[in-house]
Amino acid sequence: MELTGAQALIKSLEAQGVEVMFGLPGGAILPVYDPILDSSIRHVLVRHEQGAGHMAEGYAQVTGRPGVVMVTSGPGATNVVTPLANAFMDSIPLVAITGQVPTSAIGTDAFQESDITGITMGVTKHNWLVTDPADLPRIVAEAFHVATTGRPGPVLIDVPKDVSNATMTWYEPSEADLDLPGYRPQMEGDPEAIQAAVDLLLAAERPVIYAGGGVLKARAAGSLLELAERTGIPVVTTLMARGAFPDSHPLCLGMPGMHGNFTAVTSMQRSDLLIALGSRFDDRVTGKVSDFAPGAKVIHVDIDPAEHNKVRRADVAIAGDCRMVIDEMLAALDAAGLPYDDGARAVLDPAATPADAPAGARPVPGTRAADRPAERLAEWRAQLAEWQRTFPLTYEADAGATGQGGGLKPQFVLETLRDATPSDTIVASGVGQHQMFASQWWRFDHPYTWVNSGGLGTMGFAVPASIGAKVGRPDRMVWAVDGDGCFQMTAQELVTASSERIPVKIAILNNAYLGMVRQWQEMFYEERYSEVYLSPDLPDYVGWAEAMGCVGLRVESPDEVAPAIDKANDIDDRPVVIDFRTDAFEKVYPMVPAGVSNDEIVVDPSQAATLAALRTGGAK
Amino acid sequence: MTAATTDRCHHTLSVLVENKSGVLARVAGLFSRRGYNIVSLAVAPSDDARFSRITIVVDVESAPLEQIVQQLHKLVPVVDISELAPADARERELLLATVSAGPETRGQVIQLVGVFEGKIIDVSADRLTVMLAGAPETIDDFEELIRGYGIVELQRTGRVALPRLDRATGVAERPRVVA
Repeated sequence: MELTGAQALIKSLEAQGVEVMFGLPGGAILPVYDPILDSSIRHVLVRHEQGAGHMAEGYAQVTGRPGVVMVTSGPGATNVVTPLANAFMDSIPLVAITGQVPTSAIGTDAFQESDITGITMGVTKHNWLVTDPADLPRIVAEAFHVATTGRPGPVLIDVPKDVSNATMTWYEPSEADLDLPGYRPQMEGDPEAIQAAVDLLLAAERPVIYAGGGVLKARAAGSLLELAERTGIPVVTTLMARGAFPDSHPLCLGMPGMHGNFTAVTSMQRSDLLIALGSRFDDRVTGKVSDFAPGAKVIHVDIDPAEHNKVRRADVAIAGDCRMVIDEMLAALDAAGLPYDDGARAVLDPAATPADAPAGARPVPGTRAADRPAERLAEWRAQLAEWQRTFPLTYEADAGATGQGGGLKPQFVLETLRDATPSDTIVASGVGQHQMFASQWWRFDHPYTWVNSGGLGTMGFAVPASIGAKVGRPDRMVWAVDGDGCFQMTAQELVTASSERIPVKIAILNNAYLGMVRQWQEMFYEERYSEVYLSPDLPDYVGWAEAMGCVGLRVESPDEVAPAIDKANDIDDRPVVIDFRTDAFEKVYPMVPAGVSNDEIVVDPSQAATLAALRTGGAK
Repeated sequence: MTAATTDRCHHTLSVLVENKSGVLARVAGLFSRRGYNIVSLAVAPSDDARFSRITIVVDVESAPLEQIVQQLHKLVPVVDISELAPADARERELLLATVSAGPETRGQVIQLVGVFEGKIIDVSADRLTVMLAGAPETIDDFEELIRGYGIVELQRTGRVALPRLDRATGVAERPRVVA
C-alpha cells in the first residue's frame, strides 16, 4: 500500500492507539493535517501551542497513556519547549510531532525554521529528525516505546514537509523493527538488593516510606498500600505523589518538603530508615541536603539508576519498576515470615481502595483481623501521632473566614470546594501559593486525581492541564485551582474548552498578587514588594470568562463560597470560572526557608510558641 | 594542555554509540548541561559500521564517575559504556606540533624527536612540524620539552584506549562494563 509520509504518520499514530491529540496547524505540518480529516483520532484545536503541550500532559497524567501534541515548525515547535521541559522534569509520557521545513531548506534559515531537535535535546528523553518517509512507522513506534517505558518522559519527532509529501510503502512495524540497541530499561529489582532492603526494613525503629511520583508512574499505589499495611510503616507522599497513598489512611503523614506539614517533614528528619520509592530527593523535599534526615539509612528504589546517589547516598539502591520491586519486597517479607497480623492494619473504606490495587493474590485491605501495630514501631507511631495532634495544618478561620486583607481565606475556599465535590474529583493546579494550599488542604484518596507542575514549576499549567485531564477522563469532575497570575498566562485555552465542549471548572484564588513571590518578599526582603501587584479587577475575570464562552462567577464573602461552588458543579455544558477574592496577606505555612535545614521549619504563627517550647525543652 | 591530562582524577570512558547524526552533540550537551568536565574526547567509527566509539577522559572532580556514567547511559543512542582504569588500559594519543627551529636549534629538535621516536613530517626554513604517537604521559613529556624551543601550533587528538591483554591467554581482560 502506497501512502504519503503524512498518511503513514497518522496511520502510525492510530496503530499506537492514539484517540486524541492536541495541536495547531501551520505551513510545515500542513500535509499531515489533511489525513486527520479521515482519521479516527480526535484533534483538539488549541489557541496557543503551549496549551496543547500542557493539555497532553494533563491527559497523560490522569490516563497513564501518552499525550500527543502536533504543531508546526519554527515558533509552533519552540512554543512546546516549555511543556516538553515540564514533562521531562515530571516524567510524563508525551509525544510531540513537529513540522519542519523541507530537508533541502534545513540549515538555510528558511521561513519558520528552527533546529527543534537541537533545542529540545536537553528536555526530551530522545528526539528524531525523520529524513525518509519509509522510516516513519518505525520511528513512531520507537518514540512511543521510549516515551512510555522505563522512566517515562517526552519525545519529539521532527517531520520535514517533503518527507510528509513523499510516498512510501506502508508496513506495520514489529518489535523486531525497533532499532534501539542502547535502550534497555531495568524492570525487576536485584534479588540480593531486595533482601538487603527487607533486612533493613525489619530492623528499623523509626522508618518512613518516602513515596514519590514514580509510584504513580509504575501504577504501584495498590502495592504501596499493601507494603505500608503489611509493615505498619507510615508514608509521606511528595507533591508528585499526592493520591498515591490515601490521605485518609491512618498511616498517611501527607506531604513533606518546603511547605509540607510538620509531621511529614519532622518524621523524615528523625527517621532511622527512609524507604524512597520513586522519589528523587528533590531540593524542595530535602532542604539543606547535608542536614536532611541525618540519622536515616536509605533504601532507594528508582527505575532510573541515575537517581541513585545523585543527591543522597543510598545504603541499598534498587534499580527497577516501583510496582515490581514493591511486590518483590512483599514476597521477601512473606519469605522472612513477617506475620500478617503483625502489620498495622487500618480500617479502610473499601471504596477508597485504589483502582489499580492488585486483585486476588493477597488479602484485601480492610479484611484483616485486629489492629495490632508492630511492637517495634509503637513508640515511633505514638510520637508521630503526638506531632500530628500538636502541629496540624491550620489557619485562622475566624472572622467569618476572611483575613487581614479583607479577602476570603484561600484555605477556607479549598476546604469548601473539597467538601462539595466527589472524592474522585480531579484537581489541577498552577504554581505558587494556590498550588501549595491545594496540595495541603485537598484530601487525595485516589491515585491520578492530582495534576500539577512539580519539577519545572510552570505557571499557567492549570487551565490547559485541566482541559487535557477532562478529555482523558470525561466521566470525572475536573477542577483547576489557579492563581490570578497563573490564570493570565494560559486563560485563552478556555476558548478551546468552550468550543470543544470540555466542561472544566476553574477556581481562581485571586489575591491580586504573584502571591508566592509576595510571600518571599514579605518574609525575606523586608516587605519590599517589587513587581508583584497585579490588581484584582484588571482584567475583569468574570467578563473575560464570559467572553470566552464560559460561565463567570465572582465570590467575595464567605457565605457565597458554597453556593457558587454548587452552582458550578451543576453546570456540565460549558466551562465555569469562579473569581474568588482572597486575602493577599495569607501566607503558606509551614515553611522551610530555602537552603536551610528542615529542622528550621517555620510553623503557623498560632503554633510557633508551642514549637519554640518543644525546641528549648529538648530535642524530641 | 599540560601534564594535567594524566591526572589521577581523570578516568577514561569508552562509549559505544549508534553511528547517527547528532550523537556527539547529545553527549557533549549532556556534559555541558550537567556541569561535567571533559578532559579529552576522541570519536571515530568502530569496527561495526552501525556504531562509533567515543573515548572520553572525564574529570571526576566535577561529578562522581557513577553519576556521569548513569547519565550518559540514559542517552538512547549510547549502547555500552566501559570504564578503562589506567592500570587496565593501553592508551595512546597522537600529537602534531609545529616548532620554531632556526639554524641554531634545529639539530636539537631533530634529536629530541629521534629520542622519542617521533617523525618530522614537514620542514620550512625556520620551522619543523613533528608527529608523535604514544602513551599520554610520553606525549606530555615531549610537549613540555619542545615548549622551550617555541611552539607555533600544537594539536593533540585526545586519547584512545583498549583494554590491556592478559599475558597468559592473549585475551583482552574484560573492561569494567559500568552500564
